Amino acid sequence: MRLIRRLIRNRSLGLGLLALTGAALTGCAKASELPQSPFDTAGPVARAQTDLLTLSLWFSLGIGAFVTLALLFVVFRYRDKGNANDKSVPKQIHGNHKLEIAWTLIPIIILGIVGVPTVQTAFATKATQDPNDLHVIAIGHQWWWEFQYPQLGITTANELYIPVDKDVQITLESADVIHSFWVPKLAGKMDVIPGRKNHMQFKAERIEEFYGQCAEFCGTSHANMKFRVQAISQADFAAWTTARKAGAATPTDPDAIAGMNLFMGATTSKANCIICHTVDGTKAQGKVGPNLTNVGARTTIAAGLIENTEEHLKQWIRNPQSLKPGNKMAAHPNLSDQELEQIVKYLQGLK
Amino acid sequence: MATAAKTLGFIPRPTAETGFVSWLTTVDHKRIGIMYGVTAFLFFLFGGLEAFMIRLQLMKPNLDLVTADTFNALFTMHATTMIFLAIMPMLAAFMNFLLPLQIGARDVAFPRLNAFSYWSYLFGGLFINTSWLLQVMDPTRRAVPDSGWFGYANLTTVNFSGGMGPDFWTIGLLLLGIGTLVSGFNFITTILNMRAPGMSLMKMPIFSWTTLVTSVLVIFSFPAITVALLMLMFDRQFEANFFNVAAGGNVVFWQHLFWTFGHPEVYILILPAMGIVSEILPTYSRKPLFGYSVMVFSTALIGFMGFTVWSHHMFAVGMGPVVNTIFGLTTMAIAIPTGVKIFNWLSTMWGGRVKFTSAMLFALGFIMCFTIGGLSGFMHALPPSNAQQTDTYFIVAHIHYVLIGGSIFAIFGGIYHWFPKIFGRLMDEKLGKWNFWLMFAGFNLFAFPFHFLGLMGMPRRIYTYDAGFGWELWNMVSTIGVWVLTLGILLFIWNFVQTMRKPVGTAADPWDARTTEWTTSSPPPAYNFKEVPVISVRDDFWYKKYPEKEHAAGHGRGKAQTIAHAAGAVHEAAGHGGGHGIHMPGQSYMPALLALGITLLGYGLLFSNMVTTVIGVVGIFAGMFGWAFEGDGGTVIEVAGGDD
Repeated sequence: MRLIRRLIRNRSLGLGLLALTGAALTGCAKASELPQSPFDTAGPVARAQTDLLTLSLWFSLGIGAFVTLALLFVVFRYRDKGNANDKSVPKQIHGNHKLEIAWTLIPIIILGIVGVPTVQTAFATKATQDPNDLHVIAIGHQWWWEFQYPQLGITTANELYIPVDKDVQITLESADVIHSFWVPKLAGKMDVIPGRKNHMQFKAERIEEFYGQCAEFCGTSHANMKFRVQAISQADFAAWTTARKAGAATPTDPDAIAGMNLFMGATTSKANCIICHTVDGTKAQGKVGPNLTNVGARTTIAAGLIENTEEHLKQWIRNPQSLKPGNKMAAHPNLSDQELEQIVKYLQGLK
Repeated sequence: MATAAKTLGFIPRPTAETGFVSWLTTVDHKRIGIMYGVTAFLFFLFGGLEAFMIRLQLMKPNLDLVTADTFNALFTMHATTMIFLAIMPMLAAFMNFLLPLQIGARDVAFPRLNAFSYWSYLFGGLFINTSWLLQVMDPTRRAVPDSGWFGYANLTTVNFSGGMGPDFWTIGLLLLGIGTLVSGFNFITTILNMRAPGMSLMKMPIFSWTTLVTSVLVIFSFPAITVALLMLMFDRQFEANFFNVAAGGNVVFWQHLFWTFGHPEVYILILPAMGIVSEILPTYSRKPLFGYSVMVFSTALIGFMGFTVWSHHMFAVGMGPVVNTIFGLTTMAIAIPTGVKIFNWLSTMWGGRVKFTSAMLFALGFIMCFTIGGLSGFMHALPPSNAQQTDTYFIVAHIHYVLIGGSIFAIFGGIYHWFPKIFGRLMDEKLGKWNFWLMFAGFNLFAFPFHFLGLMGMPRRIYTYDAGFGWELWNMVSTIGVWVLTLGILLFIWNFVQTMRKPVGTAADPWDARTTEWTTSSPPPAYNFKEVPVISVRDDFWYKKYPEKEHAAGHGRGKAQTIAHAAGAVHEAAGHGGGHGIHMPGQSYMPALLALGITLLGYGLLFSNMVTTVIGVVGIFAGMFGWAFEGDGGTVIEVAGGDD
């Protein structure tokens, strides 16, 4: 301890290191409360990847601590004591083959230890593309996600519904530039590349709303290209599938009906949402923007960006650029407040 | 003295020794080194300002200090500036100034080409940054590059980046690449041909070795990015379809080309820094570099292996487990020569007498921070866990640990170490230590939290974030760290200015150093050495000062006759003016003119402007013509007592 005290008094590197190590311990705490922490894994793929990460993290911390301590020891032990009378020159050592061979071999052994599980995990986490699993085609758009279920004939957007405890096979495609699909608690990233189909798989082992995020820089609103994965019970998923296959129910509320007419461009072309959006079972079949058949059931709008509330929906329809710069949705300054409310009413009824 | 004979050139070679023209036309490697250093430091401050804005925007959730597009431009230009305009040229400054002095030469092999490298660097750097001016004048042009320093196609194609940003970026980097390649060839030629008699490659100072390996990396890696940039430029300017997916283009191809350059590039940024540290540690430990030959081979091995690992930047591209694990394992293998270096540095100090000068503190800071950066690099090398780390702040932590904690710390250490040699004045050591501790504390405060942010899932390149992800605290800490780091850099500038106001008058060898550059006066005369030094052992200067140690070392001796013979040959060569004088290469306007012509051609392409293009082409041909025909020029300097 006397050594450490003297090191600190000598303004050595030690103090900073101690502070940082303490910070590291608190920094990783309570992963379950952090929506995008890869340490709170909820499926086998993420778990295998994070286990490997943890293994390499421990090795790194160990080696880092050893090197730092060795560095501190050497500079302290062999520091110039400022003795002006001592004119001697230290022994000029040019090298030591045994030592140098030793610290060539030791890293090789460590890398061997880490290398084996690396190769195993790389193959174990590869997508099987098993045709019996649920298949989803995830298509990246600037800056939102489209999810197609080819086996079920369903298309949705920005919130991916999956049954719990079932393997899901994802095929990744891009409509424009390169994106990257990432749900930290379920699986690491896989790029979404135009002109190419990539595959990944994951399984959610608990019922939960998982956060996802585009991880490859894709232009102006890259930061706002998020999404959610809704892992629901298998019974709920079956019910959801049936409901989605039936298409959207026609509204009964008069405001919502008025909103639907505005949406469909039936009375005026002020809104005319059908140019870009689809609502299953109606004449709205636009493919430019997200499918809105169940938009009322989503927890967020604008690709995981903001909570799905009446106010946010209004703001979004009125002036999307204010929430998500660069996005391709048209602004609607000419809609009256009442018309805006009617459209929002219609959208909120789409569940 | 002057021997400006009548030539076919249209301007006689200038002979000004002071003033603007003397700097504009200089071919002296020391002056060019200083110009590189000063220019690069100014770009470093500008890139730092961009970083400062980035950190302010991210200090708290949902700030809107800058718009999304401006933020994207800031991080793109920050990285481009720091890599191409600050760190590389700061290292080039050391290479220019030190390499001839370390190997006992009077200049580099091609002095005018060396000047040309500098001018094309300066103009290329200004070219890219004029995009900010244009952006201010006309924001609709979207002139500032904002697609990342890696410029991934197809985001950079016209369909997705209709503004001028990628044009500034592609043409600017092509301009910069010319000078860099020229430098690479110049240094290789210099090292292979112009070493002092007796200095075999394995007696060469280690920094010169890292310069050699770095130059080899430059000449093999820059062609890859040149090809990629030309393809992208063709796509944008002439509607080629290399990266147009709808027309059968392939966007992954860009990534392979870019990282074939991009990974060797990171070793271009770190190997010379390692060379600087490998010079500082022995000097202030008063011991030779431990395992010199292993250090040389490790450097060469790291350089070679740097070409075998590029796909580790692309683990998420979907290359499959076979390719991913192969590139993962080759990447891990680089940890072996790197680890050897770290332990050899520790052993260099072992048994020595470690003096904590400012230069030494920066070198020690380098070892610690580079180790941290190296270890996180090793963690990225595992493809499955890389899937969780890539494109998060964990990677941002890694690059800042190797580039600031690594390269920048080494550069600052190098400045403190060689400042007396370069400017003939000693920097203030007390301020220097404050400078180090502020930068060290500030840097770690700024960059260490990135590890936590990355492991809490914060993606890179996001202009804003919501509260509730656990990122608030560490982003705040990081921004505070930037303030401290800035304070340290301001203190350095203060120290620099104060030191430059002192009169010149440092001893030739203030640190009791080991290598050849310390044998000549501080600052060195234009001709470097009165007599070309004759080298008999590694660290020759040290063993001339402490001859009794030489036998104990029993090292690198032999072939005394050959050396004496070689020395005689040099004396003959040096006197080719007829007498015993030293022939100095003549100054020239042509390097600057040629570089200016190429840059104007770049502007012509950029704006599709015929007049600028024609002026540029005329400038290029005038520069080449003048270069070829302006004649030998040069002066012969008679040095009293220069010859025996």
